Amino acid sequence: MHKSYGKLQVLRDVSVEFGTGKVVSIIGPNGAGKTTMSKCILGMVLPDSGDIQINGQSVLKKYAYRSQIGYMPQIGKYPENMKIRQVIEMIRDIRKKEKDVDEELIGLYALEEIYDKRMGALSGGTKQKVSAALAFMFNPPILILDEPTAGLDPIAAEILKAKILKEKKRGKLILITSHIMSEIEEVSDEVLCLVDGSIKFYESIVELKAHTQEDRLSRAVAKIMNEGYHP
Amino acid sequence: MNKIIKYVLLDIIKSKIIIAYTVFLLLLSIGLFNLGGSPDKGILSLLNLVLLTVPLISIVFATTHFYNSYEFIELMVAQPINRKKIFMSEYLGVAFSLSAAFIVGVGIPVIIFSSGLTGFYLVLTGVFITFIFVAMAFLASVITRDKAKGIGIALLLWFYFALIYDGIVLFILYAFSDYPLEYATLAMTALNPIDLGRIIVLLNLDVSALMGYTGALYKSIFGSVWGMATAFGLLLLWVLIPVLSSRRIFARRDL
Repeated sequence: MHKSYGKLQVLRDVSVEFGTGKVVSIIGPNGAGKTTMSKCILGMVLPDSGDIQINGQSVLKKYAYRSQIGYMPQIGKYPENMKIRQVIEMIRDIRKKEKDVDEELIGLYALEEIYDKRMGALSGGTKQKVSAALAFMFNPPILILDEPTAGLDPIAAEILKAKILKEKKRGKLILITSHIMSEIEEVSDEVLCLVDGSIKFYESIVELKAHTQEDRLSRAVAKIMNEGYHP
Repeated sequence: MNKIIKYVLLDIIKSKIIIAYTVFLLLLSIGLFNLGGSPDKGILSLLNLVLLTVPLISIVFATTHFYNSYEFIELMVAQPINRKKIFMSEYLGVAFSLSAAFIVGVGIPVIIFSSGLTGFYLVLTGVFITFIFVAMAFLASVITRDKAKGIGIALLLWFYFALIYDGIVLFILYAFSDYPLEYATLAMTALNPIDLGRIIVLLNLDVSALMGYTGALYKSIFGSVWGMATAFGLLLLWVLIPVLSSRRIFARRDL
């Protein structure tokens, strides 16, 4: 697909296919098009050209497919004068048809104890917890997490990582954008690197390390970035 | 869709502006009916004030509401809901609540002091004007992401329809006063919903006799059932065109 905002080309002929049961990390410098890519998959941003398919079906200009995607935004924005309870109940009310509800994260993050706080009064990290709980709530086969652990405290981040690995085992596809290499190394199987809107490389972590003869992901990536990519 | 409208309405009621608006309209109407002496005079002064304030409040309230609900809209867009539905729920939520305020604030005093066909037309016109200016507000809001710009465009639209347009019409009438302009003025009226609303109510009052040839022509055209239906049909067009075009823009826009 292709996307530009005015003169700025954000995505240039990005073409990629993800399998199920995997955790794929999308990395790249700031402004490389990571968030734009995930927003395109969600239909929040419409690509200029190209197609996005889920299970072989184009999702452009459709909406029902979004029940299969759980999305955790980079910065969660919520109506400020609603309480946590109201937000969660509203989403559940709107998606009443879906019976399969996963409330594990609400419990693990003890959100029920602060149910009556207004969204506007929450700290960034707590908002992230709410976003995470909402993303996992309807058991979607695809999860898109945009910098999930940025802003979370270490314990909350650990809970989230454990949850990611658990859902992976259940055969879900999980896309994560992140800058924290150690974390990526912990949870993901594959790394997709975007630079200036095009794919620099897309490989499994094992292959990456073998190529570059480095035993740490951060070094491997740095090496490729500095020397250019030679597969 | 009903569910989303429900949440939009809950949000609006919480802000209390709508209650203040209702009280303002109530005080205005009761005051004017008590001042004017005859109910017809009351309706006439009410008409002039309503046609000035209702568009202004509708357009400003709807624009700020749209920008303030951006978070809500973003949350909804990530859910499996059609974008057009989200947009229409926002529109209907705002238009319904402002219309309800108008019906309570102006409708009840009209029934008490001057119930009749003219009063009914006044209320109906006010509701239409509300829907039209909320639609224009939404059009201004989807054109630009910048809140200040959006409110600026909205105010400009109000300024144009409420004040500038009449100036232009008067200028044309004055400049071409040697020519028969009856049908031209008729067409110019149709191009401004506020003027259209004014004519609809005025023609049901006795003052239309004072409007000369044009008034007589209007009376012969709008006086019939068909004429009235056409006038309200035009108002309906004024609702639909901005609503549908802004819905289209919203459905194809990046969020």
